Amino acid sequence: MQIALFIIFGLLAVAGALNLLFQRHPINSALSLIVVMMSLAVLYWSLGAEFLAAAQVIVYSGAIMVLFVFVIMLLNAGEEERTHGSRIAYIAGIPGAAAIFCLLSFVFLSEKKQLGMTQLGGYLTSAVSNISEISHTLFTSLLLPFEVTSILILVAILGAVVLARKEL
Amino acid sequence: MSHLTPSFTTFLLLTIVKIVVVLVITLTAVAYTVLLERKVLGRMQNRWGPSRVGPFGLLQPLADGIKLFLKEDMMPLAVERPLFVLAPIIALSCALISISVVPFGAKTLVGGVDIFQIADLNIGLLIILGITSIGVYGIALSGWSSNNKYSLFGSLRASAQLVSYELALGLSLVGVVLRAGSLSLRDIVNSQSAHGLRSWNVFGGFQIIGFFIYLMAAYAETNRAPFDLPEAESELVAGYHTEYSSMKFAMFFMAEYANMITVACVATLLFFGGAGTPFGHLFDGIFASGFIHAVLPIFWFVSKILFFLLLYIWVRATLPRFRYDQLMGFGWKFLMPVAMLNILATALALAYHG
Repeated sequence: MQIALFIIFGLLAVAGALNLLFQRHPINSALSLIVVMMSLAVLYWSLGAEFLAAAQVIVYSGAIMVLFVFVIMLLNAGEEERTHGSRIAYIAGIPGAAAIFCLLSFVFLSEKKQLGMTQLGGYLTSAVSNISEISHTLFTSLLLPFEVTSILILVAILGAVVLARKEL
Repeated sequence: MSHLTPSFTTFLLLTIVKIVVVLVITLTAVAYTVLLERKVLGRMQNRWGPSRVGPFGLLQPLADGIKLFLKEDMMPLAVERPLFVLAPIIALSCALISISVVPFGAKTLVGGVDIFQIADLNIGLLIILGITSIGVYGIALSGWSSNNKYSLFGSLRASAQLVSYELALGLSLVGVVLRAGSLSLRDIVNSQSAHGLRSWNVFGGFQIIGFFIYLMAAYAETNRAPFDLPEAESELVAGYHTEYSSMKFAMFFMAEYANMITVACVATLLFFGGAGTPFGHLFDGIFASGFIHAVLPIFWFVSKILFFLLLYIWVRATLPRFRYDQLMGFGWKFLMPVAMLNILATALALAYHG
């Protein structure tokens, strides 16, 4: 069951990502990105991280991508024109991507012992609530980074307001 | 999954039966909510409302359904075809999916499966919020793909309004979650079941501010009066569904009313004790067992939902529409700060009382 979910939504995520690149209209690309986000949410859930899955859907698909679509609609962006792009991207693109892929898989395979294994769907049936675990960690051992991050976000919000004020 | 349920096939079959029953009941309820609205609105404006089809106009939804089915399905030439078709499907399916986590009664196991709830998830509340936020795409895409400026304005207004009010909506529910200590809708209902009316979140839980914020934000989320700017007929023809006809229009219409029912369900579950009686254990001796004992929770649940639907209609008949800048100012400058203060007060009170 979990394997089937993994295969279906993994393929869907990859297909959505490819479609995102190949579509010419920005709104179609944005919608493909939403498909990718939702498939990732399902994958998180099948790994037992239900809170992460819900946060992914609410924050990314529900808020950030709505703003993307909103801006595309508001500016009435047209279809993009196919250009040849830069020469460097052509030469270095595929080898670079392959190198990053190889590096990542090497790191994951060599550090397999330290990273540990997770069981597909292993936590779905357990009684431990994921949310209470996350909040416990977040408000005890990771309290300082959590608060510092929120202050950082606050600064960003204030900066955005100041910048928008100037325009008005 | 074998240790959770007696057998996978029973689980599967019962779940499918539950889904079908809930779907049929919800769609019927949607149809009759439309009739209820027209009737009550009529009486409030001193006229009869629909009264020709069947006794008291009770067959009017059937006639409306047949009419919408048989109408010509127009496909305007300049629309973005795939998205134009996809938009009403997204709107309706999101509206219907979110009802799957609602517990309609006390936990009753039949063959190891709870028959009054399709899925008891430990993040039920987040699921409802997530699916509501996905439902925005139905409206946004419908306006954009219609290739019509009034539709586009309607959907721009709708997406801006929904994104703004989602914040206040989510924050208003935090107080309830703090009190229950869980995101599971079943746990939230159980946390209010101790003393009937006195332990409901809206009264005993002192979440009355949270409740009113939720109510106002939810009215904006469902595009209902007085926040129905996305379909303001005096400015925008009909808003985002101007170009839609026949069943595609009916799907938007059904989605709106299904969303109203979902909002009523969530308000009932979170603030009014779900399917619990308002009398607590007062009459436990009289209806200790038997048929009435089993049906009573459903009765309370349905009557609370009906109360919220009537409130919706009453508000629509009473209040004029907001101006757009007033709407945004109200959401950002009033509802959100008050919701945050509510969270702060609830958290302090909970910390003080232990």
